[in-house]
Amino acid sequence: MVKLRIDDTDVEVEAGSSVLQACEKAGREIPHFCYHERLSVAGNCRMCLVEIEKAPKPIASCAYPVAEGMVVRTDTQVVRQARRGVMEFLLINHPLDCPICDQGGQCDLQDQSYAYGMDHSRYAENKRAVKDKYLGPLVKTVMTRCIQCTRCIRFATEIAGVPELGATARGENMEVGTYVEHALTSELSGNMIDICPVGALTNKPGAFVARPWELKHTESVDALDAVGTPIRVDVRGLEVLQILPGVNDEINDEWLGDKSRFSVDGLKRRRLDRPWVRQDGKLRPASWQEAFNAIAARLGGVPAARIGAVAGDLCDGESMMALKDLMAAFGSSNLDCRQDGAKLDASRRDFYLFNSTIAGLDVADAILLVGTNPRREAPILNARIRKRWLATSGRLPIGIIGSATDLTYKAENLGANAGLLASLGERAPDFFSRMQDAERPMVVVGQSALARDDGNSVLADAWDLAKTIGALQDEWHGFNVLHTAASRVCALDLGFMPGPGAIDFDAMVDGGVDLLWLLGADEFDTRRIGPHTFVVYQGHHGDKGAARADVVLPGAAYTEKDGTYVNMEGRVQHGYRALFAPGEAREDWRIIRAFSSVAGRPLPYDDIDGVRARMAAVNPVLGRTGLQRFGCSDLSGPCPQLGREHATDSQIGELVADYYLTNPISRASPTMAECSRIAPAALAQPALPIAAE
Amino acid sequence: MSGSAENIGDGSTATHNRVDPEHFAFTADSEAEIVKILAKYPAGREASAVLPLLYIVQEQMRHDTGSAWVPRIAMDFVAHRLEMPPIRVYEVATFYLMFNTSPVGRYHLQICTTTPCWLRGSDAVVAACRRVTGIKGWHETSADGLFTMSEVECLGACVNAPILQVDNDYYEDMDASSTSRLLEALKRGEAPPQPGSMIGRLTSAPEGGPMTLTAAER
Amino acid sequence: MLQDCDRIFTNLYGQHDWRLAGARSRGDWDKTAEILLRGRDAIIDEMKASGLRGRGGAGFPTGMKWSFMPKVSDGRPAYLVVNADESEPGTCKDRDIMRHDPHKLIEGCLIASFAMGSHAAYIYIRGEYYNEHINLQAAIDEAYAAGLIGRNACGSGWDLDVYLHRGAGAYICGEETALLESLEGKKGMPRLKPPFPAAVGLYGCPTTVNNVETIAAAPEILRRGSAWFSALGRPKNAGTKIFCISGHVNKPCNVEEELGIPLRELIEQYAGGVRGGWNNLLAVIPGGSSVPLLPKSICDTVLMDFDSLRDVKSGLGTAGVIVMDKSTDVVRAIARLAQFYKHESCGQCTPCREGTGWMMRVMYRLVEGRAESAEIDMLEQVTRQVEGHTICALGDAAAWPIQGLIRHFRPVIEERIAAYRAGPRVATPVNLPLAAE
Repeated sequence: MVKLRIDDTDVEVEAGSSVLQACEKAGREIPHFCYHERLSVAGNCRMCLVEIEKAPKPIASCAYPVAEGMVVRTDTQVVRQARRGVMEFLLINHPLDCPICDQGGQCDLQDQSYAYGMDHSRYAENKRAVKDKYLGPLVKTVMTRCIQCTRCIRFATEIAGVPELGATARGENMEVGTYVEHALTSELSGNMIDICPVGALTNKPGAFVARPWELKHTESVDALDAVGTPIRVDVRGLEVLQILPGVNDEINDEWLGDKSRFSVDGLKRRRLDRPWVRQDGKLRPASWQEAFNAIAARLGGVPAARIGAVAGDLCDGESMMALKDLMAAFGSSNLDCRQDGAKLDASRRDFYLFNSTIAGLDVADAILLVGTNPRREAPILNARIRKRWLATSGRLPIGIIGSATDLTYKAENLGANAGLLASLGERAPDFFSRMQDAERPMVVVGQSALARDDGNSVLADAWDLAKTIGALQDEWHGFNVLHTAASRVCALDLGFMPGPGAIDFDAMVDGGVDLLWLLGADEFDTRRIGPHTFVVYQGHHGDKGAARADVVLPGAAYTEKDGTYVNMEGRVQHGYRALFAPGEAREDWRIIRAFSSVAGRPLPYDDIDGVRARMAAVNPVLGRTGLQRFGCSDLSGPCPQLGREHATDSQIGELVADYYLTNPISRASPTMAECSRIAPAALAQPALPIAAE
Repeated sequence: MSGSAENIGDGSTATHNRVDPEHFAFTADSEAEIVKILAKYPAGREASAVLPLLYIVQEQMRHDTGSAWVPRIAMDFVAHRLEMPPIRVYEVATFYLMFNTSPVGRYHLQICTTTPCWLRGSDAVVAACRRVTGIKGWHETSADGLFTMSEVECLGACVNAPILQVDNDYYEDMDASSTSRLLEALKRGEAPPQPGSMIGRLTSAPEGGPMTLTAAER
Repeated sequence: MLQDCDRIFTNLYGQHDWRLAGARSRGDWDKTAEILLRGRDAIIDEMKASGLRGRGGAGFPTGMKWSFMPKVSDGRPAYLVVNADESEPGTCKDRDIMRHDPHKLIEGCLIASFAMGSHAAYIYIRGEYYNEHINLQAAIDEAYAAGLIGRNACGSGWDLDVYLHRGAGAYICGEETALLESLEGKKGMPRLKPPFPAAVGLYGCPTTVNNVETIAAAPEILRRGSAWFSALGRPKNAGTKIFCISGHVNKPCNVEEELGIPLRELIEQYAGGVRGGWNNLLAVIPGGSSVPLLPKSICDTVLMDFDSLRDVKSGLGTAGVIVMDKSTDVVRAIARLAQFYKHESCGQCTPCREGTGWMMRVMYRLVEGRAESAEIDMLEQVTRQVEGHTICALGDAAAWPIQGLIRHFRPVIEERIAAYRAGPRVATPVNLPLAAE
């Protein structure tokens, strides 16, 4: 620790800290534009100048290391003059267009100019005009506003790992852009909008729509992948206008994937806002009562074994709990949450969690990715792997079994055969020994490795590999399943899986049941469903499931209900309602609760606390939000019924074909459609070289 | 030359449509040169060779097309060769003024107009260049495609000011008439004269001969 | 007056053979191995005793700079980088060394590298010096062939590789950390300091960056002894220096002289005097464009060394002496320098990127007189807002010439403004640069 004095305050900070960090610790706010705590230090804006005793000139506090006994002054005449000077320079070529700038009201430059700006301009020359750049459908540019802080360039290069932005030319002609115009190819590009301190990069789909002070903020959890990214849902009136990342150093730092950020325009399109009932082969609008009656009538003659329910990828825990209880009330345990057919063993929690945790990636020292492309399945998690890879100067051994490429870090492709898992020592001895030598190695199994006929063997082989290389320790759990569906882990926690003697997803959709209740399940080919199966679709979007349904029950999207989500780490989180569902749509567990009364088998809870108490009773981990990290105390592996049958030597395919279109909300989003349309061209580009510096 | 149009920042102020060549590859001579260049830098530091490789591109273009410039496709080629992201090469190519990111004439007239040259009459050199070539503005190319005129900053030969740099060569102690003579000769297709002082001075020694170091070879 | 026998650069004008044979006949490469045998510490001590200050502009004591390099390697290699990016307006001394005395530089590289534990020296030469780089490369090849560098250089047991690297047209690369960035294949944008190059320099390794003239002078100093060198010049301003005398003199030239020579003597003795006589002198920029100009009254008596020029609020800089006679539009002369700095600003930090353009535009209005008197003070303030607030010294360099102009020639500017107000417009149109240039 280093002791130093900031103005009249003594502070102690870690050696290697910057003066700016010390000042913040001392409670002094230092204005800055280029500095960002999660990016490398550029030191170019010169706004954070402070005086240091014995230094001949003011120094940039963001870039200056602290030293023992240093005396720093943050509010002297010299400092104020310097900052006023810098502010004036920043403003001379900055347009005075705050009234039409989407950054207005949330602009660092605007805010700082109140403190350090002049009341008039002394600049009598012509202002510089810079042509706007095309960066794709997500990021709008007004480059005349750019103050050349290079945050976006550093973000693209360092965090996103897609070095396609740069500053060309020099001096006052320096321009930020891609030089050869093309859409950004990062799944994290929206974060550049957040970190741009001015209005140069703004939300393109959300341009000219709202002022920040008009928006009602609701803290919630993202449900479009299984990372459980904290989000802030911004609503005006009856519309979600933007979704921004929250900050959680254990999950997302402060980043958010583009799909999770920009699918908002899908939230108001193709919505199911009233019940529908199929009559004479066609869906017609109906009342809730009619819809419930239709289901109840059909249920009448069906034996329990011919009833089944499938939970989709976006479901909250409460609705799955209620549906499970409803099915139980009818005597059925034909339940499943795995539309992808992934083989998972729900008998023990560490068989299906990302046990090392996302923050655990920061200390991992070898990673094997099996049948997963984290860049497309969980971009936030992928950025975390890259962060670790960078922290090790590119020395972190990363191996891939599968077809993932272009992950933004260097990884060794070991082959795509699932059989490699059981024979890594012989077939990839170098990588195997690096895994063995590692203190905290990770085996990460993705859904495409599990959604195979021999998925159970893959799971067991992966566990055995983890055990063999010493990844299963008291203090470190190196076995990980990377999920893509936000609902999946909670469903497994709740046991939304086929009960004893019950049938699974495949059997249900392939004609094994007469009444099939689809709770937001749209991620499969509904033509598989037998012609005589009566389908209840409960959900929020008119997607594949609703199209096949005999009765449609309009539910609420994740922004429209309080709900429990458990991310792939097993972290229990609550999402909150930011606005009401449209029209007659209702929160999903309430729909099921209401139907249970109509069907004469009322569920024993009337409010959300009651549902949650029931969930905690089913699985105590759901009784408390947050995450417990744990090591591995029981080495016995999953799927013991298999004996020692290994995964076969066949190729592992890629599951997430199109990152932008994995769920009904995103598929309803014109913005995501545009991203999807241009993505192939981007993917066809040669991969950018990856540097660890 | 066949070409394709695409939006490219031209390195100064704007993006515009321009016809770029569709293909670029280093010649065998260039490749041999590249091997020598890469040997100068430690392993893993190949990016150090980006300036030398861009020079090779420019010289090869001069040799092959008569116009010494660096097309975007060649920048990509260099990036690939040095395992750099293309944007890093674009940044470099537009930062350093000696790389022409658009085509230039057969002779690139680079006239220093910084204060030491201006004091010695660079305005007259500029005027003479304009008169002979018919070029009006900076970075423009003459109608015959023979000359491009660029204003450059101090060339570091100030005691021989004013300087007119033609491609790689410095012509020193210039004035209007020596400039006209030089350019007219180039126009006639004559070989350029020996570079150096145009008034017969011995390099940077004072006119009339050195006043120091007058002894015979030491 | 300096005697020829005390001059280091004896082939300054290229009147003799610049190749190895000629260089040897002038004493280069003479018992170089014996110098190395004295050991690192002895060489550095001798350099310190000589009082040699860096010849690239800042004047930092060379021996001390060499001593900053780690004595024991932590596994990283050390590098010598020679700054041959001579681009300071008014300066053309390194050019003569490289084209006419290249072996002095190469021998200096060997000695300096040895003294700093480096086995690789990179010479970063400005791209425009194409023909100079041809000579220098030829000399390097000769030195390799003769076993003077390479493995077991000069039979000393020390290995040294010397590499020549061309810049490509960026004044800022003369700033040592921008030069290192450029050498690494990036844009020449100065680095934040600390860390300093001696700790983290080229490729993240300990590095010393020295000017060509500094390195090229080292062999002669070590051969003839520090006492010889320090006896020349003035206290704390030891030795000889190449002066470049340009502008309105009768015979512009380069000349090596003692530090501390009176400016007037330098001009009159070597450069044929000011055009039209000493009384026709208006002002002199004594150390390259980055230092403030001096009016005739100061030029009458000032001595040409680091400390004397600092005392008159200017500097020796690179010793590029730019002379302006009374016919000079001094406002335009400085405006053109403002244009230079605006053109050469790398664009990294705000005050320089924005300030250099602002200063240039106001300066060109002042050339016409198209301004308010109050704008002179405003311009002065703007220069103060740039000065000292940037990563590197280019901001300072852009500010100082304007400050010097205002300090010494304010009445000229005010007259210009008054004349413009009185109209009619001045008949001679000024070539104004376009805003977007």
